[in-house]
Amino acid sequence: MKRLLLKLRRHPSGLLGVVILVIVVLVAAFGPLLFPTSPWRMVQRPFLPPFTLSKVPLGTDALGRDVFAGIIFGARVSLLVGLVSTLAALLVGVPVGAIAGYFGGRTDDALMRFTEFFQTIPSFALAIVLVAILQPSIVSITAAIAIVSWPPVARLVRGEVLSLRGRDYVQAAIATGQTHRWVIWHEILPNALSPLIVLASLMVATAILLESSLSFLGLGDPNLISWGYMVGAGRTVIRQAWWITVFPGLAILLSVLGLNLIGEGLNDALNPRLSRDGGR
Amino acid sequence: MLSFVAQRVAKGAIVLLAIIVMNFFLIRLAPGDPAMVMAGEAGASDPIFVAQLREKFGLDRPLPEQLWRYVKGIVSLDLGFSFRQQAPVAQLILERLPATLLLTGTAFALSLGLGIMFGGLAARRPGTAADSAITIVALLFYATPLFWIALMAILLFSVTLDWLPSFGFETVGGNYTGTAHLRDIAAHLVMPASTLGLFFMASYTRMTRAAMLEVRQLDFVKTARAKGLSDAVIERRHVLRNALLPVVTLAGLQAGTLIGGAVLTETVFAWPGIGRLMYDALIQRDYNLLLGVFMVSSAMVLILNLVTDLAYRMIDPRIEYNP
Repeated sequence: MKRLLLKLRRHPSGLLGVVILVIVVLVAAFGPLLFPTSPWRMVQRPFLPPFTLSKVPLGTDALGRDVFAGIIFGARVSLLVGLVSTLAALLVGVPVGAIAGYFGGRTDDALMRFTEFFQTIPSFALAIVLVAILQPSIVSITAAIAIVSWPPVARLVRGEVLSLRGRDYVQAAIATGQTHRWVIWHEILPNALSPLIVLASLMVATAILLESSLSFLGLGDPNLISWGYMVGAGRTVIRQAWWITVFPGLAILLSVLGLNLIGEGLNDALNPRLSRDGGR
Repeated sequence: MLSFVAQRVAKGAIVLLAIIVMNFFLIRLAPGDPAMVMAGEAGASDPIFVAQLREKFGLDRPLPEQLWRYVKGIVSLDLGFSFRQQAPVAQLILERLPATLLLTGTAFALSLGLGIMFGGLAARRPGTAADSAITIVALLFYATPLFWIALMAILLFSVTLDWLPSFGFETVGGNYTGTAHLRDIAAHLVMPASTLGLFFMASYTRMTRAAMLEVRQLDFVKTARAKGLSDAVIERRHVLRNALLPVVTLAGLQAGTLIGGAVLTETVFAWPGIGRLMYDALIQRDYNLLLGVFMVSSAMVLILNLVTDLAYRMIDPRIEYNP
């Protein structure tokens, strides 16, 4: 981790990404402690413009709820869904890709057809259908995002495993009678880690965009405030109150930008040969 | 070439069949059993009516038989009935399809054309102010939520400047005819198509720039230069043409994302396409219609992928198809 940060230091844009992400994480972690008011509570008159009262710096929405409090609480949902869905996608994609690449042959064929199938289906449409059918909740949203985002992981890992499998040290480990699982886990995957880290950081960004798009369409968890929900709720009153849509959107933009910058910085630092848009 | 097309079509058909089967199971995951859902949507929950529905749709039969009926229905283009809209799902989708094709087609052409142009411009002199400006703008658009960009466009061009209409396909009650009608539709198309295209333009710009910088390092470019060809000819005939390969692949792969994006843009701009239809189905929990739109958009992506494969072969004759 420390080495990663040191490498990132040579990429100013990557560093900027780290700064943005740290701010978002701090807001998500401590913001709600500093602002104990529930973002659902009505604190002022409706449609209070921003920068008029220091207690509600970003104004209020159509029901008199504090926009600033919503943004602070929304950070939690965005980060949580982004991280957990990416982890879940890794949990599916890494084994699928590793098994396909390691065993080859028919196993590889079958698993890759399966992966291709999921890559063909329009992912956002599938996510909408899944969340609508399973009913919107933080669990169904996270699951739906994981289901539509694991295929690139499987393809990346498969490619890496294919190229590493023939190396001498891997062959040597197999010859000493180690189990397949041990060889994959201890010899192959650690060497496939750097492109995976890059892909994962970009996936968190995409997951945040997906989550906000789902909440915008009204498929957010009804008990949790999120940035996408706020933009969606402000949409109908955009002519009277621009701030209700503008500020939460800026929050999404900044977080996603930060993660993309980190992903690019890591990409340049860890594996300059990997193509810039690999896996997206 | 012909056998290549046949192979690809067969592969696409298998994927489509798998999607139909998946749909069949998805609708059974929806809350409540389908007959109750339908009865509820029809506004009645009389047990005799529910039993009738169950029999009519074969829901009292064993699962494999139900699946067989379902697949047979879809193959004969029967996507079910939307009780909310009181119309067959297939008819609803067909009515809305042209608007979506117009929107996504325009957005695609716009994003690919501008993306290649800006990417090429940025790659021409890497490191200059123009390059940095293009790269930064592309990075920003790449991180911006589509629905938010759409709303910001409305705020700027409709609310503040009052240049463009903010919703719909044409002016309601405008009664335009001939070219005036076309101009009216075009004015309504500008914002939806450009906001939908912006995100993709950003990603094609980045891709074109990276690919051109990479190709320029290759040996055959040096050979071309050694032959004494002019820079313009090298850039156009050697560098750009080879750099386009990954861009075209990406464009084909992103076709699905474009259709997903249409759901968001059509919702924001009240554009009467299948994306908006999907949103309506979603709000009304009209699962039949929702899954119908999902299936049609998957089929559209399959067709687009096929077209990309063919385009790819035409740009790069080296590619041979190995079954």
